[in-house]
Amino acid sequence: MTTTLPLRSTDIEADPVPRLPSAARLALKRGAMELKGFFRTKGQFIVIFSLPAIMLMLLGAMSGSRAGLPGITGAQILTAGMIGAGIMGTSFQNLGINIALERHDGTLKRLYGMPMPRVAYFGGKIIQVLVCMLAEVALLITVGVLMFGVALPTTVNQWLTFTWVLVLGGISCTFLGIAAGSLPKSTRGANAVITLPFLIVQFCSGVYIPFSDVPGFLQIFASIFPLKWMTQGMRSVFLPEQAVVLEPAGSWELPMVALALGGWCLLGLILCLKTFRWTARDDG
Amino acid sequence: MSDTAVRVRELRKKYGDVTAVDGIDLDIARGEVFALLGPNGAGKTTTVEILEGHRRRDGGEVSVLGEDPSRAGRTWRSKLGIVLQSATDAAEFTVRETVHHFATYFPRPRDPESVIELVGLSGKADARIRNLSGGQRRRVDVALGVVGSPELLFLDEPTTGFDPEARRQFWSLISLLASEGTTIVLTTHYLDEAEALADRVGVIAAGRVVAVGDPATLAGRAEAEATVCWSTPDGERRIKTSSPTKVVAELIAQFDGEIPDLTVTRPTLEDTYLGLIGEHP
Ligand SMILES: Nc1ncnc2c1ncn2[C@@H]1O[C@H](COP(=O)(O)OP(=O)(O)OP(=O)(O)O)[C@@H](O)[C@H]1O
Ligand SMILES: [Mg+2]
Repeated sequence: MTTTLPLRSTDIEADPVPRLPSAARLALKRGAMELKGFFRTKGQFIVIFSLPAIMLMLLGAMSGSRAGLPGITGAQILTAGMIGAGIMGTSFQNLGINIALERHDGTLKRLYGMPMPRVAYFGGKIIQVLVCMLAEVALLITVGVLMFGVALPTTVNQWLTFTWVLVLGGISCTFLGIAAGSLPKSTRGANAVITLPFLIVQFCSGVYIPFSDVPGFLQIFASIFPLKWMTQGMRSVFLPEQAVVLEPAGSWELPMVALALGGWCLLGLILCLKTFRWTARDDG
Repeated sequence: MSDTAVRVRELRKKYGDVTAVDGIDLDIARGEVFALLGPNGAGKTTTVEILEGHRRRDGGEVSVLGEDPSRAGRTWRSKLGIVLQSATDAAEFTVRETVHHFATYFPRPRDPESVIELVGLSGKADARIRNLSGGQRRRVDVALGVVGSPELLFLDEPTTGFDPEARRQFWSLISLLASEGTTIVLTTHYLDEAEALADRVGVIAAGRVVAVGDPATLAGRAEAEATVCWSTPDGERRIKTSSPTKVVAELIAQFDGEIPDLTVTRPTLEDTYLGLIGEHP
């Protein structure tokens, strides 16, 4: 009969004053679990991780050298744009859908009932987002370099720009994703509620078509959101200097990029703190 | 450390216009197994989830392991085991991964492998949770409730979907935990389960406690009239009596040997329960 099984684990005597595991340790455990879950959930993996690279290959192969400047192809502009979209996809879209699902399938409720420090949950998410984001960006750069003759940045300055655009963009979109995860009212709605606005913003922000081809009022609309600034920052890194004439503003506007992304980080954090809840809306 | 695990006074909870809990008092001692019974919508889940800190109350006093659940912290949670009424999480993980993962949250967990064995999932330890049957999925929830070796274990309809063997196995798990001193609060719709497991049961209806007590003596069950039943050539005879022994003695004299189809029954817990619920619709 089962009653003879050892119930207490054997290390109890060795540790007479049991302590709660540290937040950092649990964040690592959760990060590993989150990553495993991400790559096992086919829908998330395909749409969020693989789709940007596939889109880049297809659209890049079709766009040719439409940009109209010697030495600059549409595929190169597209690569920079897709890197921005990839950052936002692996943070905003990823978390928005994932957290909505977790809220409705009871994951959040289970965690809330566990002796887990709240920061460990967010730490785990950040680990998952960070790994996916870096892998995604590396994948897109590889496709750009191998297929479309994109040149890797050569100066320290460009690498610095690349890094802070990635970091600020990633942080702001992570916060926005956590906040957006509160919006879907059901599991089925999650994909539509998160992905549709994301897609619209991508089109307006010059991801699929060069930003200079986007109608003026949509350019203004896009300037509200972080993605436009991320793609602009990435173009400054991955396109030759003469491509700056294609920018509607006539310059890369890097200070403005930093300001906009920094502002979104702050606003995103406030939205997160205001909207995040551990239970579904109607759970009392 | 006080002897009381759970103390509730005048607990109230409303959802909009619906009053789910309408002034409940409860005292559950440490080491006790307490079963909450009541029809669908009676307020069992609402009450239990307020005790777990999952829902906010509108009024009343609640103390669980000496703390107010709406303000208690991590150390308090580490002494609790929670099995919610329904959960569909962790679908992409295996049973083994999930039980091992959540064990690391606790300062003094049980050995995850023996927990998996205790709930009868050894054969499914490496199956993804999404591929488990309903009853097997439920056993994962029970495993996650006990893996932290809680002082106080809440189980909201834990055996829904269990086959008879799994239910017996669950019962022996609960008895084992109780013998170790774990306080257990469970809700159930199976009255045999309440009778087999609980030291005391509380019946709630429409958000109020209508009876609390030992299941054997609940609401005067032990003193209630017994029914003596036997067969005659003209058909079945039954007598309700407060002295069944006397009736049977008379029958023995009358029949001179075996009394055909003799049964003596007290009201079952179910009879008592249905009577209580009927009085408080
Ligand atoms: N989140 C909620 N929002 C609105 N009403 C709710 C909510 N949860 C419960 N209720 C209502 O409160 C009442 C009590 O519900 P509760 O879930 O506590 O019952 P229960 O005794 O657990 O029932 P069951 O045996 O069916 O599980 C019901 O009338 C229910 O409709
Ligand atoms: Mg219930």
